[in-house]
Amino acid sequence: MHMGIQAVAALIQNANLKGFFTGKIYKGDLKKVCVPGLNCYSCPGAVGACPIGSLQSFLSGLKFRFPYYVVGILIFVGALLGRAVCGFLCPFGFLQDLIYMIPFFKKNQFVLDKYLRYLKYLVLLVLVILLPLCIPLTPAFCKYVCPSGTVSGIFLALADKTIRPQLGALFHWKLIVLLIVLVSALIAWRPFCKYICPLGAFYGFFNKFALFRMHLDTEKCVHCHACEKACRMNIDPSKNPNSMECVRCGDCVRNCPTKALTQGFIPPKK
Amino acid sequence: MSKMPDKKKNILTCCFLVLGVALILTGIFQDQAKMVLVKAARICMECVGIG
Repeated sequence: MHMGIQAVAALIQNANLKGFFTGKIYKGDLKKVCVPGLNCYSCPGAVGACPIGSLQSFLSGLKFRFPYYVVGILIFVGALLGRAVCGFLCPFGFLQDLIYMIPFFKKNQFVLDKYLRYLKYLVLLVLVILLPLCIPLTPAFCKYVCPSGTVSGIFLALADKTIRPQLGALFHWKLIVLLIVLVSALIAWRPFCKYICPLGAFYGFFNKFALFRMHLDTEKCVHCHACEKACRMNIDPSKNPNSMECVRCGDCVRNCPTKALTQGFIPPKK
Repeated sequence: MSKMPDKKKNILTCCFLVLGVALILTGIFQDQAKMVLVKAARICMECVGIG
């Protein structure tokens, strides 16, 4: 069910399927709207705009304009869904989930984990906001990090021969970043979401009060820690069900033996 | 914050939803939706790694 929603969401956001064969991106009016998840607008399939790319485009413009429209969309989606976007709607999150399903050595807990979590806030502040503001026409996150953009570059190069000779050192750098992310996703669950994604960092601020949130019935909770053991984001939902790190994957809800944990728009009736 | 009652959380949510809509409308009046389209309808060279 959960992966079905992710697949449908990824398909809807990349519904320009013929673009994957022609190498031509969609240019219609739907691209006025930012999609909720990380989905590069240069992906041949993309039918919407990437919110992080659009934000940087405004901030790195030659003439500064406050990006009311993009910030408004981010706040609206954040208040409505919080990081449920990461768990249900983000195509790059879905890609990581698919890779994690491949049988391989798995390790989700390690010493640096809790420190590396702060990296995504630094990425948001420095690469998405400060650098584009200080260096005009430089969407630093998209240019040097975003693996979704690299995947788009690969699709474009596969479909359009004229793109291939233009891919140089920058593409090779981004390819290395993408490979690190994908290999990490084979071992740890959602490494990009945990440590790097600026969009997840932003939506995380809304997790505590977003309309779609986790509900814990303290009377039903028997403190068995089944939820904590099930959580691949290394959160203890019985202590902090609406942690900024929670991507609403629902593993804790499914593993709770007393059904003390639920998630949704409306709290369950007691 | 985690101890905040659901009613207060919902009020906060509504405030942010209204703020979001207000910002979106402000942006639309400033033609920012069109600016997003202009950027998104061209291949972003930096994004795909051409530079």
